[in-house]
Formats: sequence, C-alpha cells, structure tokens
Amino acid sequence: MSEDFHPDGTPQARVMPAFSRMLRLQAPSRADIVALLLLAGLAVMVVRGAEGVAQPLSHLQIQPVTIDPANLPGYALRTTLRMFAALLASLLFTLTYATLAAKSRWAEQILIPALDILQSVPILGFLTFTVTFFLNLFPGEILGVECAAVFAIFTSQAWNMAFSFYQSLRTVPADLIEVSQGFGLSPVRRFLRLELPFATPSLVWNAMMSMSGGWFFVVASEAITVGNTTVTLPGIGSYLALAIQNRDFHAVAYAVGAMGVVILIYDQLVFRPVVAWADRFRVEQTSSADQPNSWAYELFRRTTTFDWLFRVFELPAMLLLLFDRGPQRKAVSTRAPNRWVEIGWQVAVAIGVLSAAWAIFDYVHHTLTLHDGLTAFGYAGITLVRVLVLIALASVIWVPIGVWIGMRPVWAERLQPIAQFLAAFPANVMFPFFVIAILRWHLNVEIWLSPLMILGTQWYILFNVIAGASAIPNDLREAAGMFGVKGWQWWRQVVIPAIFPYYITGALTASGGSWNASIVAEMVSWGNDKLTATGLGAYIAKATVAGDYPRVALGIAVMSIFVVTLNRTLWRPLYAFGERRMRLS
Amino acid sequence: MATQILPSRTPLVEVEHLRHFYGRSAKGTPVIDDVNLTLFENEIVGLLGRSGSGKSTLLRSIAGLIQPDEGHVRFQRDDSRTAPDIAMVFQTFALFPWLTVLENVELGLEARKVPAEIRRERAIAAIDLIGLDGFENAYPKELSGGMRQRVGLARAIVVDPTLLLLDEPFSALDVLTGETLRTDLLDLWFEGRMPIKAMLIVTHNIEEAVLMCDRILVFSANPGRVAAEIKVELPQPRDRLDPAFRALVDEIYARMTARPIATQPARDGLFPGMGITMALPRVSTNSLAGLIEEVDGTPFNGEAGLSDLAETADLEVDELLPIAESLQLLRFAELRGADFVLTPAGRQYAGADVDARKALFAQALLAHVPLAGHIRRILDERANKQAPARRFRDELEDHMSEEYADETLRTVTLWGRYAEIFAYDEDSDRFSLEDPQ
Repeated sequence: MSEDFHPDGTPQARVMPAFSRMLRLQAPSRADIVALLLLAGLAVMVVRGAEGVAQPLSHLQIQPVTIDPANLPGYALRTTLRMFAALLASLLFTLTYATLAAKSRWAEQILIPALDILQSVPILGFLTFTVTFFLNLFPGEILGVECAAVFAIFTSQAWNMAFSFYQSLRTVPADLIEVSQGFGLSPVRRFLRLELPFATPSLVWNAMMSMSGGWFFVVASEAITVGNTTVTLPGIGSYLALAIQNRDFHAVAYAVGAMGVVILIYDQLVFRPVVAWADRFRVEQTSSADQPNSWAYELFRRTTTFDWLFRVFELPAMLLLLFDRGPQRKAVSTRAPNRWVEIGWQVAVAIGVLSAAWAIFDYVHHTLTLHDGLTAFGYAGITLVRVLVLIALASVIWVPIGVWIGMRPVWAERLQPIAQFLAAFPANVMFPFFVIAILRWHLNVEIWLSPLMILGTQWYILFNVIAGASAIPNDLREAAGMFGVKGWQWWRQVVIPAIFPYYITGALTASGGSWNASIVAEMVSWGNDKLTATGLGAYIAKATVAGDYPRVALGIAVMSIFVVTLNRTLWRPLYAFGERRMRLS
Repeated sequence: MATQILPSRTPLVEVEHLRHFYGRSAKGTPVIDDVNLTLFENEIVGLLGRSGSGKSTLLRSIAGLIQPDEGHVRFQRDDSRTAPDIAMVFQTFALFPWLTVLENVELGLEARKVPAEIRRERAIAAIDLIGLDGFENAYPKELSGGMRQRVGLARAIVVDPTLLLLDEPFSALDVLTGETLRTDLLDLWFEGRMPIKAMLIVTHNIEEAVLMCDRILVFSANPGRVAAEIKVELPQPRDRLDPAFRALVDEIYARMTARPIATQPARDGLFPGMGITMALPRVSTNSLAGLIEEVDGTPFNGEAGLSDLAETADLEVDELLPIAESLQLLRFAELRGADFVLTPAGRQYAGADVDARKALFAQALLAHVPLAGHIRRILDERANKQAPARRFRDELEDHMSEEYADETLRTVTLWGRYAEIFAYDEDSDRFSLEDPQ
C-alpha cells in the first residue's frame, strides 16, 4: 500500500513526487518489457472476451459451440473471464456482507445464520431458478445467460470467503483496535488501515480455494437445460459437454488439457504473486523462514512502471475516503442496549423467518402431497448413506497418505502443488470413464456411480490431514520415538489426536461438497447412454430436466435440512470436542 | 538532570467517582469502585496493584477507550483543541505488522488529516528523538522487542499529547532492555524534549514505580480502589541501592499486603468475599511448596523481606503476593508488614516427605479454606459420593463475577486434587470421592 491515501493532501504534496519520478527517466529494464507485454496481452484478451457477451441470444444459434479444437483457446478465455467476474462479485459481496455482519449486532443475527444455511444449500439445484430469473431480466440477450452462469459460479465461491472475512473481522487483535480508537481513526480509515489488511491473508487463501471449487460449477453451468430450453454458452464447460455427448475422446482430452493450461497460467500470474504480496499482512512477531515466493511477483516488483498500475487498486480506497468524516474519538459502551428494542427486533426476525417458511410450504403444498415429501426424505436417506460411506472410505485411503506426506516436509513441498492442481481439476471430467466402465462390465449402478460424488471433494480431507500432520510438534514425535511408541498405539495416541481437529474440518467440507455433487453424480451420461442411481441428487436432477419446479424446490429444501442437521449433530460436536481436547497450543 | 523540576499544581485531568462493572450488566462486584484521582502538570504518576485491580480499566477510561458506568473524567484543556490530547503506549507494543516504522509512527497524524509532507517531517523528527534513525523503512517483525517499543513511544509522542499513558510499557521486555528504555524515556522527560505535560504509568513492578514516579497510587483488588497514595520525594536520578529507596519499596510492599477493611478477620481479609464464597487466586501447589522451601532454606531461615524474596525467586509483585497470601490463608506463613514469616506448620511442611506434605496440606485446606471443606462435606453426604461442579460454580457466581468464580473453583480443584481430599473429572465436570487408583 502506498503512503498516500490522502484526499486532502495539498496539490503540491501530491504532484511533486510524481513529477520527480517522471524526471528520473530510465531505460526500461528487461523486467519492464516482460511485465508490459504480459499486461498488454491480458488487456487485449479481456476486451476480446467481453465482445462476445454483448450479443443477442440468437447469436448462440448462429455460432454454436463446435468440437473444433481451434476454437478451444477462445472458449478457455471466455470461461476464465466468467470465473474472474464471479470472483470479483464474490469479493464485493464478501466486503459488504461480512463487514455489515461484523459491524452491526442486529444485522449479524440475520446474516450469519443465513450464510450458514446458504453454504449448505445445493447450488446446482438452484440453476433452474436463477437461469429463469436472469433470462427474464435480459430477454433475448446473451448477457442474461452469462449472468446466470456467473451467478452459479459466484454461489460456489462467495460463502467461504464471506465467512473467513467475518471471522477475521471478529478476531482483530484487541491492542490494535485500541490504538485505532485512541488515535480516533474514522471507521473508513480503520477499515482500510487495520481490518482489511488483517483479513487479507485468509481472504486470499479462501479466494484460491473458491477458484478451485468454481471449476466444478463452470462445467455444470455453461450448458444448462431447463425444461425445453437448452442454452449453451461458449466455454470449456460446454465444449466438454459436447465432447461427452459426441463420445469424442480426443475432444475430452483437449478440454482437459486446456483446463490444465488455464489453471497453470492463472496460478502463476495471479494467485502466486498475490499470495507472496499478502504475506506482509500476516500478524506474526517474527519473520517466518519460509516465505511464499513467486517469480511473477518478483518481476512486477522490479519494474518501474508497475508501481503506477498498482495505484489503480487504490482508487476504491480513495473513493471510500471521500466519505471520511474525520477523526472520531468515542468510547464504546459495553452495556447491552435497551432490552425491549432487542426483544422487538428478535420478534421481527422470527416473524420474517416464519412467513418465509410458510411461503415455501404454500408453494410446494399446492402441487405436491405428503407422499412426495416422504419420497424425497427416503431418497435423502439413501444419499446420506452414500455420503457417510464415501467419507469413511476416503478417510481410510487419504489419512495414512496425508500423514505420510505431512511428516516429510520435503515431500509435502514437492507434492503440494500437484495436489492443489488435482483439487482444482473439475471431477466432472472423470464421469464419462465411469459410465464406460459401468456399461462394459455391467456393474451395479447404485454402487459404482457413488464414487463420483467424492471425486472432487476428497482433496479437502487430504489437504487438512497434511496440514495437521506437518503441524505435529517435533518434540512430540521425538518423545514418541524415544519411548518406542509404534504401530496402533502410535496412531491412537500420537497421530490421530494431533490431526483430529484438522481432519474434522476437512471431512465437514468434503461432506457438504459431496451432497452438492450428488446432483450431477447420481445421473450421468455418455452420448445416449444415461445412468441413474437412486438418491436425492438424481431426484433433483430429474426434476430439473423436466422443469418440475415444485419438486426441485422440495428436493433442495430436503437436502438443505439434511446437510444442516448432519453438520449440527455430527460434525460440529466432533469439531468442538477436537478443539477442546486435542488442539495443540 | 539532578535538579528536579518542582511540579506546579495545575490540574490536567480529574477523575471523579469512577465506577465500572464487569461484562454487560451493572451489578455484582465492580472492577473499579469510586476511584478519584487528579493528575497535575509536570508529574509522573504510577498506578500500582496486582492483576485484576482495575488499573488498566482506569487507564482506558482516561484514554477514552472505555465508557465508565458511573463517574466522570474531566480534562482541563485549552479551548483551541477539540479532543483531549492523549496517547498511549501498550504492553504488547500494538504495532501494525503491515506498516513500516515510519507508517506506524504516521498513523495518528494520518487520522488527524495532517498533510502528507508535514506528517513525514514530524514522524521523522519523532523517530530521531527516540533513537530509531535508520529504521524508518523496517517492518516491526524485523525489530527486536526494545526497538518495537521505541516505535510505540515514537508513535505516541508524535501526536504532541499533553498526557502520555503507559500500560506496563516495559514488562514485555527483558530486564536490561527495559532498563535502557526507561532511562531514555526519563532523560527525554527531564530534559523537556517532549511536549508531554504528564505521564501516567501502570505497572506491577514496585521498583519501577519508585524509580520513575513522583506519586504512586496503590490499588486494592476486587473491587479496585485506591488503597494508598505515596509521594516519592527522592531526587532524580534515583539509585536502587539507596537505603531510602529500599525503605520506600518495603513500605509499599507492606501497604500492598495490608488488609483493606478492618472488620474482616485478619488472615482471610486479603481475599475478597467471606466463607465459602471467598475468591481464591490462581496459585499452583508447586508455587506454594516452592516458596515455603525458598524461605525455609538459607539465607532466609524462615523469615524474608518481600522485596528480597521477589528478587531471589525472580517473581513480579503480582506473582509473589498471591502465593504469599495463599500461604497465609493456609496458616503456613504470616505477613508482617513487608516481611514474610513461616509458621511452625510451614516449617514442618518444608521438612516433610511427599506423603506427609500432602497430609499437612489436606489438613490446612479443610480447616482454613471454607470452600474446600464445603465441597468435601457435600460429597460425604451424597450416597454416590459425587456432585456436579456446576452446583458450586452457580453458588460462587451469586457472589462474584463469572471469571472469579471460575478461577476460584479451578484453584480449589487444583489444591483439593493435590491434597487428595476429592477427585474431579473434566469430561463429566463432576467432583467425586473416588480414589483415582
């Protein structure tokens, strides 16, 4: 961040340094040229990609998605832009929603439970409603479909970012808050100087995770079928869908390759530099030995021109400061506000929640019977069994591997990027192979379609176990070694307690993700072959294809209930137990 | 330097009938109760007291960081200024890790919208004054603890405060670094190189208070009240080895261990509350045994001055006093003024083996700590010899804040387990008479 956030600095103070810097004309360095080329290329690509959005919907029929690999770079560009648009939206959402929740006790009472529910709701089930909504908002234009796709990706990215930001805002160190208060920093300045920087490292980390998670939804959201309408946006996702429909293995391979290249590029050019930059915001009193490094960040830092470009990012901050009301010194009262106002507010919230519940019930009630409800619950039970069995299986496989990797720092460092790459890879790509295998060997659909649910989410377990295992203090390991603790005792008394809180975090995330994935994993096709397993996911998917809105709504509601209940009765208590008894600190 | 500036009696801040409670509700025991204080120009005032005596609460009320429940903080200020000019130095330094030294120092000026160029000029001047030249562009994590606190000082001085508040500014530093920084600060003060008109320093180090202050306010704990005001009229610079200095330190020790209210029984009076609802400090049985052994051995032979004891045992006063007072409560020792004297029971404990020690401790615990006796009695009466801890916690919370109740129960659990008069299981949160073997 620069030294100059100041809107009211004297003109002299603002212009002089800039002018003197211009006088210091230097021959552009090699770093300058490389950075400039990269940025110019990026700008051209953004413009090219954006051109396609401002077209009427009929354009999609004139220029349908083709399987020609020559079009793939263009498709990849469109997809990437969609993802970054969604990421930007998620960022804006996070900054406003989470800030409001952290600042206002009243808003908090609604926003945080709402966020909790939102992140448990199966996003894929929502596509039906959002596509309809956005198509009506921009009738006959591609923009509407684009918005629907971006929104689908947004819903997969925003919640965990908002949660992390909220958590950060609630855990700002008390002494730094006191300094800001003591100096009378206005709310805006306090946000820019203290809260935003403090929250940045975890926000960046969560944005990266979100970006990886987003790929899964890109594939699902670019080719949308709702009732009789099928809309296909140009992009890697729709290309892949077409390749699967045409049973074209080469095309599938091209799509996979293109995804790999895109992931590699944005990782190197966007996320690595940002992570390296965000390291400075870490609150730690000693400089850590292993700082993240990035060649791109070093390159940008060495340029003389880049400094200027960076100022663009300070524009929003300066705009915010225009609303700054100057220094404020006000003590915060610790007393509870008026009890009656509090009660009135809670009654109002309760009425709102009840009327919303009634509205949903009323909508579903008109077309569906109690029998439908029971059916949905029955299907949910089947999917629940799948989720639990799969989590158990994935744990048995990945916990030992994760522990092995985590205890060997050299390997952990070597394997980390590979594992991250695999995690970003949309699991949908693997679906056709399962279909082919099931058809060829006449396997049981109910059993062999199940692994697809956890294909994309098992990585959460692996990552967290690696993190937990590498955090085991060396003295504990040495003590265990000295006393000859081996075999089962070693697992029972050393490793499992040490990684337990980490493992639960991973399993919780994986479980939530698997429910969501069941919507695409329980009904899979390869060309004209369509395989369907029994479960709530398939129930929602079928209702979506048939345009049966009440059943979609019912399915989503039931799934949300199951996810929330599972979190509350299984994962949260386990997590609390781990935090209480097994946290090493 | 040697000549002390005579304090002129212009009042700077007046604190009147300040009272503040724990948590959200204005009931129960206040943190600070009816505190009155006037700060004059040209003086350094120390707030001395053990942890939980509300020193920090008072400091933060003056700083405007806390809105006290009752009472006023009044500033005598010239009309040209809108806000009282106060700056604070923190025990934890409270530096922004993502800002450089220069940016950290500029923070307060930036908040006041001082133009960039003047801001920089003033910040650099403050950095030079405090002896940090050359470190302007360093990040806090690159600096040592002493350097970081210098940044904290520069950041406070740069805004030209009339009053400087210091919250245990040197307690997170090692002894030598703290000493250097303290001397430097005093030099700046006596040479008049800072615009500051008065300093208020919170400390739990008696020697530090006597070294620096013109006036020391001794706080009693739970509720926090001003128990004594002591004027320090020794000339600056002061010498720790000066007999007058030692005498003053001893006097303050004696004040801090004096029982606050005459109506309470002499020995239990140091702990707030009566009978089973007496609040106990968190003191481990190892500390208790350690102090007995220390005093029993040479050179003390059963009798030690508190200030000597603090030095040999390397304990701060707010660590030493709770141990000494717990021993007094158990009748293993007695506090006589600034002296700590082992009782015959205490000397017997020192000479005993592990099992005999436990027996002695159990005896003392049941006889003199009503809560321990109470728990034991309830367990004896019950058929299953078990009782939920919640029951006792609720009982305590009727008489003290939640934190105190929790701490008291933890202490009694710790002592009771060591004495083997009852057992406790954390998972079920229950006391029992089960033999853990």
